[in-house]
Amino acid sequence: MSLILLIEQVLNGLQFGVTLFLMAAGLTLVFGVMGLINLAHGSLFMVGAFAAAAVAGATGSFVLALGAALAAAAAAGALVEVLVIRRLYARDHLDQVLATFALILIFSEGTRWVFGSFPLYLNIPAALSGPISLPGGIEYSTYRLFLIGVGIAVAIGLGLLITRSRLGIQIRAGESDREMIAALGIDISRLYTIVFALGAALAGLAGALVGAIQSVQVGMGEPVLILAFVVIVIGGIGSIKGALVGAVLVGLTDTLGKLLLPGMFALFMPASSAATVGSALASMAIYILMAAVLIWRPTGLFGVRA
Amino acid sequence: MNPVLETRGITKNFGAVEASRGISLDLRPGEIHALIGPNGAGKSTLIQQIAGKLRPDAGSVHLLGEDVTALGVAERARAGLGRTFQVSALAMEDTVLQNAVLGALGARGGRVPLFRGALHDADLRATAEAALDRVDLLDSADMQTAALSHGQRRQLEVAVALTLKPRAFVMDEPMAGLGAEGSARLTRFLDGLRDEAPILMVEHDMDAVFALADRISVLVYGQLIATGTRDEIRANPDVRAAYLGEDA
Amino acid sequence: MIPERWLNAALTLGLLAVPLWALWADEPFTITLATKVAILALAGVGLNIALGIGGLVSLGHAAFFGVGGYAMGILAHHAQTFQPMIWGLEGTKSMPIIWLTALVSSGLAALAIGALTLRTSGVYFIMITLAFGQMFYYFAISWPAYGGEDGLSIYVRNGFPGLNTLDPIQFFAIAFTALMLALFLHARLKASPFGLALNAARQSPDRVETVGLSPFRLRLLAFVISGAITGLAGALFADLNRFVSPTMFSWQLSGELIVFLLIGGVARLYGPVVGAAVFIFLEHHLGDISEFWQIGLGVLLLLIVLFARGGLIGLVAGEKR
Repeated sequence: MSLILLIEQVLNGLQFGVTLFLMAAGLTLVFGVMGLINLAHGSLFMVGAFAAAAVAGATGSFVLALGAALAAAAAAGALVEVLVIRRLYARDHLDQVLATFALILIFSEGTRWVFGSFPLYLNIPAALSGPISLPGGIEYSTYRLFLIGVGIAVAIGLGLLITRSRLGIQIRAGESDREMIAALGIDISRLYTIVFALGAALAGLAGALVGAIQSVQVGMGEPVLILAFVVIVIGGIGSIKGALVGAVLVGLTDTLGKLLLPGMFALFMPASSAATVGSALASMAIYILMAAVLIWRPTGLFGVRA
Repeated sequence: MNPVLETRGITKNFGAVEASRGISLDLRPGEIHALIGPNGAGKSTLIQQIAGKLRPDAGSVHLLGEDVTALGVAERARAGLGRTFQVSALAMEDTVLQNAVLGALGARGGRVPLFRGALHDADLRATAEAALDRVDLLDSADMQTAALSHGQRRQLEVAVALTLKPRAFVMDEPMAGLGAEGSARLTRFLDGLRDEAPILMVEHDMDAVFALADRISVLVYGQLIATGTRDEIRANPDVRAAYLGEDA
Repeated sequence: MIPERWLNAALTLGLLAVPLWALWADEPFTITLATKVAILALAGVGLNIALGIGGLVSLGHAAFFGVGGYAMGILAHHAQTFQPMIWGLEGTKSMPIIWLTALVSSGLAALAIGALTLRTSGVYFIMITLAFGQMFYYFAISWPAYGGEDGLSIYVRNGFPGLNTLDPIQFFAIAFTALMLALFLHARLKASPFGLALNAARQSPDRVETVGLSPFRLRLLAFVISGAITGLAGALFADLNRFVSPTMFSWQLSGELIVFLLIGGVARLYGPVVGAAVFIFLEHHLGDISEFWQIGLGVLLLLIVLFARGGLIGLVAGEKR
C-alpha cells in the first residue's frame, strides 16, 4: 500500500471526524447544560441539508445555501425547543427519548411530504471542486480539505465562545449549577433556547456540508446521530474537547479500519475470506473502540459525570 | 474487648481537598459512638468509606476483625454492616412491607428466587413484619412508602437495617428532620438497640448525641481531633476551640 | 375506572376474538395482522422486563430481535440448501430447535452487551445500547454469507410437530401461546424476590446495595431474560415473513418497541400488547389514508408523553397503585 493512499485516507478520516464533531458538539452542549438527550438532533442535520439543497437549487449560490442551512436548522431548533423540548427538561430520560423519537417521525415524514421521497443533490461549488495538490505530490479533494478547515475553525470558534464570551460563562455556569445561574438573574429559558438553537445550527451546517458529497435524503441524519453518540461516549458527556478528540478518533478508526483490516487479515487468511472478515470487522471497529474506552474509562476520556 | 468496626489511618483526597486525614476510630460492642463535627468536616466522606461506597486512598477498614477495605457496599452489608441514610433511600413506589421484605431478602445472603412470590414467602414475610413491628410500622405495612410521613420513613430506614440482623449499625443523621417527639421516640429506640449491635452514628442533634452516646468523636477539617466520653468531650479544649471558636 | 385485571382479561379475549372472527369471515390477512401484533407484543414484553421493572431504557433491543431472526434464518437457510454449517452441523426447519437457538443466542448477545453497558447508567446507557444495536446492523450488512443487505428468504415456513404452521390460524395460535407464556413469566418475575429487588434497584440502587444485593447482577439477569424473549419474538417474526434482513436490527425498530410500551403504558403488564395492537392498527388504517401517517403517529406520541404518561391503560385503568 502506498504512503500516498494512507495519507489520503487519514485526511478522509479527519474530514469524517470533523463532521461528526459538528454533530457531537451540539449534542454534548445540550446534554451538559440542560441534561437532555435529543434523538432529533439528526433531524436538524437533515433540515440543514434540505434547506441548503433547496436554496442552492433556486439561487445557485453555495454561500447562500450554507447560510440557509444555518438559519433553517437554528430556527427549527428554536421552534422545537419552545414548543416541545422545554417541557422535557424536568422529565426522565425515557420521556426525552420518546418525545424526541416522535419528533424524528414528524420531521422525517414532514420532509418527505414537502420534498418527496427522491433524494436531492447539492453540488460542490466550482471554486472548491476538483483536486488540489498537497506537498509530497498528493492530489486531494479541495472540498474535503475545505470541510476539514471549516471543522477546525468551528472547533476553535466554539472553544473561544465557551471560554471567553459572556454566553460561554453562562453556559459553563449552567453546566455546573443550574440554580446558580437562575440566582444570578440570567434568563434561563432564553439561555436554553439559545444553546439549543446553537447546537441545531451546528448540526444544520454539518448536514449542508455533507450534503454536497452524498445525496440529501430523508433518514440521512440518524446514522450520523448514532455515530455522534459513539463520539460522546468516547469523549465524555458535556465536554467539547472530548467531542473533538472522540470525533477525530472515530473518524480515523472507521476510515483506517476499512483500509487496513482486510490487508491485516490477508496475512494469515486466504485473500477472499480476509476481505470478508476484514470488512465486516471494519464495520464494527468504532463500536469496538467504544467498548474498549468504556471498559477503561466508563465516563469517557474527558468526562466527569457518571 | 475487640472492636466490632474499626478504621485505621483512613485518608481520602479529592484533588487538593483532604477530606479524610489519617482517621482511626473504633466501635466497641454494646456502645453508641457518635461522630460530630461542623459542616464540611468530612463526616459523610468517612461514612461512605466505612460503608464501602468510597475507597480510601490509604488506610483500612475492619469489620469483626476482618479487613474489608477491598469489599464493596453489598459485600460489607452481607458481612454484617447495617446502614441507614441521611436522606431516605427507600423504594418510594413500593409498599412499606415490600421495602422491609427487600431487607429480609438481603439477610438471606443474596439469593433472589425468580418465581416464588416474594410476599408469599412466609420466612421473608415474618422477618420483615417483625422488624416493622419493632419500629411501630406494622399497621402501615400496606401503605405506599411515598405516603409515609418523614418520621415514618426514618423508622422504615431503621426497620430495613434491622431485618439484616447486622453486627454493627452505621447511621447517617438518623434524627435529621424529626420533630421533638419523633426524635425523642427514636432516641429511646436506639438506646435499647445498642445491646443488639453497636451503633456508629453521625448526628447534628446534640441533645440526642449527649443523651445516647457512650463515646463521641469530633471531626474537623478531615481530622479526628478528639475521642472520648461525653464529659471528656465537653471539657476538651480543642473541641471547645473548634466549636465555640467558630461560633464566636 | 376499570380494574387493570379485568382490562387485561378483556384484551386477551379481544386478541383471540379478532383472528377467530377473521377465520369465520375468511379474512386470512387479518389473522396475519393479529399474528404480527402478538409477535411484536412479545418483543415488547421482553423489553418491558428490562425497561418496565428494571428501568433500563434500552434503545438497542432490535439487536436481540435481529439475532433471533437470524438464528431462524441461518438454520433454515442451511436446511433448505442442504449445506452443513460449521463443524458439520446440519440446519433445521424445526421450530422448537430454532426457538431454543434464538433464545440462547440472543440471551448471550444480551449478556455481552449488558456486561458492557450496565457499567454505565442514565443517558450513557441509552446511547451505548443504541450504538451496539447499530453495530449489529452494520455487521449484518457487511457479512455476505447470509445475504448481506438483501437478507435471506426462507421458502417454506418452519414446522412444529403436530401443527400445520402454513395455516394462518395455527401459526397465530403458536404466537399467541408464546405471548401468553411471556406475560405469565413477566407477572411471576415481577412478584418474585428477584422482581422486588430489581424494581427497588430502579428506584434506589443505594438501598439495594445496602441490603447486600448487587444492582449490576440483578440488572444483567433482567437484561438477559429480556433480550432472550425479544430474540424469540425475532425468530417468530422472521417465520411470519419467511424473510430476515438487516432491517430487523434497525434503530427504528428499537424505538418502536419503546413506543409500544409508551402507548400502552410503561411497566404495565399488558402495555406492549396494547401498544403493538394500536401501532399495527394505525399503520394499516392511517396508512390507507395517507402515506405520511407517521406524522400522525409522531403527534400522538408527543401528546401521550406530554399529557398522558400512564399510556392508554393508564387512561382506562387509572394511575398505578
